[in-house]
This record gives sequence, structure tokens and C-alpha cells, in this order.
Amino acid sequence: MEMHRDDLGAKLGMWIFIFTEILLFGGLFLVYAVMRSHYSDEFHQAAHQLNAFIGTVNTVALLLSSATVAMSITAVQKGEKRKAVLFILITLICAGIFLFNKYFEWGHKFSIGLYPGSDMMVGLKHGYILFFSLYFFMTGLHVFHLIVGSIILTIIMVKIQTGSINAEKYVLLENGGLYWHLVDLIWIFLFPLLYLIT
Amino acid sequence: MAETIAHSYLENTGKYKGILAWLTTTDHKRIGLMYMYAMMIFFIVGVLLGELMRLELFRPGQQFYNAQTYNGIFTIHGIIMIFTVVIPGLAAVFGNFSMPIMIGAHDVAFPRLNLFSWYLFILGAAIALSSQFLGNGPPDTGWTFYAPYSTQTHTNVVAAVFGAFVLGFSSILTGLNFIVTIHRLRAPGMTFFRMPLFPWSLYATAWIQVLATPIVGITLLMVIAERWLRIGFFDPSLGGDPILYQHLFWIYSHPAVYIMILPAMGVITEIIPTFAQRKVFGYKAIALSSLAIALVGYFVWAHHMYTSGMSITARWVFSLLTFLVAVPSAIKVFNWVTTMYKGSISVKPPFLFALGFIFLFMIGGLTGLSLGSLATDIHVHDTAYVVAHFHYIIFGGVGFAFFAALHYWYPKMYGRMYNFRRANIAFGFLFVGFNLLYFPQFVIGIMGMPRRYFDYLPQFTLGQQISGFGGLLLLIGIILMIANLASKRGAKAPDNPWGGSTLEWTIPSPPPVENFHELPVITGEPYNYE
Repeated sequence: MEMHRDDLGAKLGMWIFIFTEILLFGGLFLVYAVMRSHYSDEFHQAAHQLNAFIGTVNTVALLLSSATVAMSITAVQKGEKRKAVLFILITLICAGIFLFNKYFEWGHKFSIGLYPGSDMMVGLKHGYILFFSLYFFMTGLHVFHLIVGSIILTIIMVKIQTGSINAEKYVLLENGGLYWHLVDLIWIFLFPLLYLIT
Repeated sequence: MAETIAHSYLENTGKYKGILAWLTTTDHKRIGLMYMYAMMIFFIVGVLLGELMRLELFRPGQQFYNAQTYNGIFTIHGIIMIFTVVIPGLAAVFGNFSMPIMIGAHDVAFPRLNLFSWYLFILGAAIALSSQFLGNGPPDTGWTFYAPYSTQTHTNVVAAVFGAFVLGFSSILTGLNFIVTIHRLRAPGMTFFRMPLFPWSLYATAWIQVLATPIVGITLLMVIAERWLRIGFFDPSLGGDPILYQHLFWIYSHPAVYIMILPAMGVITEIIPTFAQRKVFGYKAIALSSLAIALVGYFVWAHHMYTSGMSITARWVFSLLTFLVAVPSAIKVFNWVTTMYKGSISVKPPFLFALGFIFLFMIGGLTGLSLGSLATDIHVHDTAYVVAHFHYIIFGGVGFAFFAALHYWYPKMYGRMYNFRRANIAFGFLFVGFNLLYFPQFVIGIMGMPRRYFDYLPQFTLGQQISGFGGLLLLIGIILMIANLASKRGAKAPDNPWGGSTLEWTIPSPPPVENFHELPVITGEPYNYE
């Protein structure tokens, strides 16, 4: 049998999967909206505890990484393998920067006893508890997606290197790129909601 | 190449033999059967748990086990039946087996993903079932996991919730696969409006699976985080809102009812024209009503919450929308009945089950309207009336449609016929047993028998005992039906035993591995019997 290949179908599938991811986070955004309207003052004050500078650095890193993923697709289409690999590598480095910052950001909060279930947290005002619970839950789920995306991109990078992703056949890279843009997109909403509205 | 294609999908031709050949298959027909075998096991477990409840309820007071055990049994009965049987149900079994053939495709769009979905299904079911045996005893929250009780009880809620989450993931991937399959792999010439109506109903179902399931997924994760980390989203003592949980839960779980019932309606829409030998009445109306149900069904979730404490405005809006969603369902019922008009009806087992479906679905649907209207719901909310209503829809509807589909496609699946007389007798037991089991629950529900209660007042005894007797008949019916289908002594099935007009009847029984040697070219509408 000739192998069936349907790039458009594969991309359609990926888009539908991305809808489901957006809806997954949608549930959390809904909880955020409800809780923010219940406790708007306390959310406002709690947001001051987050470091907007680190958040900004991470935002820039993710935006840059989305651009480089898009560039690697163009590079593969033009058959420039070396450049494509390089662009993915830059993307992965950006992801590393993000994780590095997140590690210290979370680590700091843990060191002062501010984490879900801690004695300190349970003793806070309700709005604070919910803000930080949402912060940890939402950024945690986002980081999980970022790590999964990084693994996918690493596999893709190897496949570009070995030539199984090439100018004729690159739907896997496109789908991996779509997934990476999703990771970026979610962050674009998380950043203002958690860090900027103060 | 022609020789390899001529092999039936039931023969092993790959590098593995026996069970391994099945566990590594990407053939949509085999995956459909694997879903069916797994589901049959879960179904029987669920039925036995149901019968255990009927035993306990046969007389007032404690009979065989205590109230906490009863709570565990009805919870697990619900989890098994809802998440592992009826939600994947018809879509996973017959959607996989028949749909690609009916649209003239060699397989689904992503065959390996399809197998992965099955493994996720088994994994999720195993995790959910493990909640029975591990940890501090079976969960006792009911299948709805209402917060804040589900975040506080010491029973093994996390395993059940996580199992449901994995099952949801499996459901999403199946839906995604079917949407892409239907968009991309229809046979040449098969436009959307030349597609048979079972694939149409699966298409609508798949969109609900994809768009609704993630919400419950994240909600279940929140419940787990609530239990482990005290994040407080649903716990009032930490500032959370239990009503929010109910909203998030029902935003999925009401559309989930349509995930269950839409493929059932699709099956009935295939069976009625075949056995009436009539072109289906109102083809477009049936096709589009599936989409209408999927769309409107998304906006009725809060009719489960009239007594939870919502604003008056929210309540009447949701009540209105609930009445609206009944319209497309009624359109289908009218069209089925009209299709039979002046048909040359042959009453074979699949048709009998389809008639049973229509009858039971109508009772279930109409009693649903009395639950959807605000005043009457206050009276019967959380009573046995609700239990009767949703069993009429889920068992009387989805269950009977499943049996109908099984009797309809069985010759295609195994290349053998079954004994009609025994099938008819089994149907008789199932139909009479079902009504005896659930109809009294309407009556005692109106009289005030609450649902999920271990004990009851003496005036409900008669109703409960009729139900218990009905449960016994139903169990006999199920055993007779399975015994009849499991016996391999039937005559060899012809390609088209029922005179059906859709594509699956144009290929051999059982179908060859890739279904079609050459893809068919479609030139007209389906169901052309004239």
C-alpha cells in the first residue's frame, strides 16, 4: 500500500487540538474572572507581590522564541537545514531562560512560605489565597505545556538534522510550531492578568 | 496487492499473531471491536452494581450492607456507566467500526492516534476502577463529584477523578480523529449532504467532545489540586465558591448527554429506513438537527442547578433554552415515524430495538421537559423521578440504540447471522424488564422518594419491589442477548442481509482489511430505495 499522507488533515487535527487546549485554560480564566470580581481589591494588592520585571523578561523570551520557530519553518521550506536547526536551538534557549526565571521566581515564594497548602498561605485573606492559588495553578500548567513543547521541538530539531523533516515534508515542524505559538499565546494572557493589573 | 486486500480484517496477516495482533492494530474495525469488548465488561460490572442496589432497596431498612457501602456502590455504578460505557459508547464502538466504511474511507485520518485513544481509555478505566480497591475505600460523592464534599471526604476520590480526566482525554482524541476523518476522507463525490446520517451525528458529537471535554478536564484537575494543595477554588472556608464547581462540571456534563445520545439517534436513523425500505424522511432536517442539538445543548447546563441558588433570571433563561433543545430532538422523532409511513416494514431484531428506543426515548424526553420547567423541577429535584428520567434517556435511549446497532451491524462485524427468535425473546425481557424497573421510580419520585437514599419509608415499598423484579427481568434479558450473540453457530452472513443502502453493505462481511479495493464514487443521495 502506498502510505496515505494528508498534510492539510494533519494541520486541521492540530488546530482542533489547540482549541481544546485553549478551552482547558479557558476553565481557569473563567475561575480567574469570577474570583477577581469577588475579590477585586485583594487581587489588586496581591499582584504587587509578583515581579513585573521577571515577567517582562519572560514575555520577551517567549515572543522571540515564537518568532524563531516561524523562521525555522521558512528556513526548512527553503532547504536551509543549518539555519533551521539554529533557529530551533534559539527557541529552546529562550524556553530555558523562561524556565530559569520561573524557577527562581517560584523558589523565592516557596522560601518565604508562600505556596498552596502552606500554613502561611491558608492564614491569608481569601482574595490573596485565591490569587496565589490561581498564580501557581495557571503558571504551573503553562510551564508544563512549555516543557512538553520543548521536548517536541527537540525531537523536531533532531529530525531536521537527520533530514526526515525537509523542504518536501515539514508538517510535523508546522504542527510543533503551532503548539509553540499556543504556549506563547497562553502566556500573553497570563502575563497581564497576573503581573500587570496592579 | 489484490490478494492482501481480500483478507478479512479478522484474520491476522501482520507480523504478530493472536492477542498481540489485536493490541498493535491500527485497523479502525478492530479498534471498534476492542472498545466493544472492554465496554461490555464494564457494562456488566455496572449492571451487577445496579442489581446490588436493587437488592438492598428491596425492603426498607438495612438488608445486606450498610449505608456507606451503598454510597460507594452508586458512585461507582455511575462512574463506570457514564465515563466508561455510555460516553465513549456508540461513537467509539460503531463510530470506529462503521463510520469510515460508510463515508467510503480506508480508515480514520489518524489510525495510530486511534489506537492510542483506546489505550488511554483502558488506562483511564483502570485508574477509575482502582479507586474501588486502593486508598480509603470507594468514593462516595456520586459520579458528579460535587464540591465541597468531594474535596473533603476521606474516600479515594482522587483516583476516580483522575481516571475520569484520562477518559476525557481519550474522548477528545477520538472526537478530533472523527472530525478530521469526516472532513478529509469522504469518498469522491460524497458531499456533506450525500453523507449517511450516522456519520452526520458522529460529526456533531465529535465537536461536542472536542469543545466541552476540556472544561471538565481542567475542573477535575482543580478538584485534585483542591484536595492535595488546598487551592481553595471551591472551598468556601478559603474563599472559594462551590456553585462555581457545579457550573464548570455541568458545562461539560450536560453536553456529554448529547455525546451519548446523538450517535444513538444516528444509529436509529440508519436502521429505520433500512427496515422500512423507504428513503429517510427529511434528510436535511435530521442532519442539521444534530448540529442544532450540539449547539443549543451547550447552553442548557444550569438546568441541573435550579435549586442550587442561582438568580431568577439565570433560571428562566436556562429553562427557556432547555425547552428549545427539545425541538430538534422532536424533529428527529417525527422524521423517524414519518419514514415508516407506507414503508414495507420488516420487523427484524434491529428494528424492534429501534422501536423500543423511540418509545423509551419519548418517555425520557417528555419527562425531561417537566424537569426543565422551573416549578415542577423544584418538586421532583433529586428524587427518584430524576433517576427514572435519565435512565430512560441513557439506558432506554443510548442502551437500546447500542443493542440495536449491535444487532444491525453484527453480521458485518463477524460475517455471521444470529438467531432472530432468541434475539426477539431477549428484546421482550429487556423491554418489559426495563419498564418495570424504571417506571415505578417516576411514581415514587413524585410521591417524594429521594434519590441516592439507602433507606426509605414504607409507602415506597411496592414501587421499589416492582423495580427490583424488573431489574431481575432486565438482567435475564441481558444474559439472553449476550448468549445469543456470543454463540458462533449462526449461518454465514451475506454482504447485505437487511437490504441496506449505505456503503458498508456493498463490501463483503466481514469487511476486508482496507475496506475498499477501489474507493467508491458517490453520485447521489443515500437511502435511495425507490
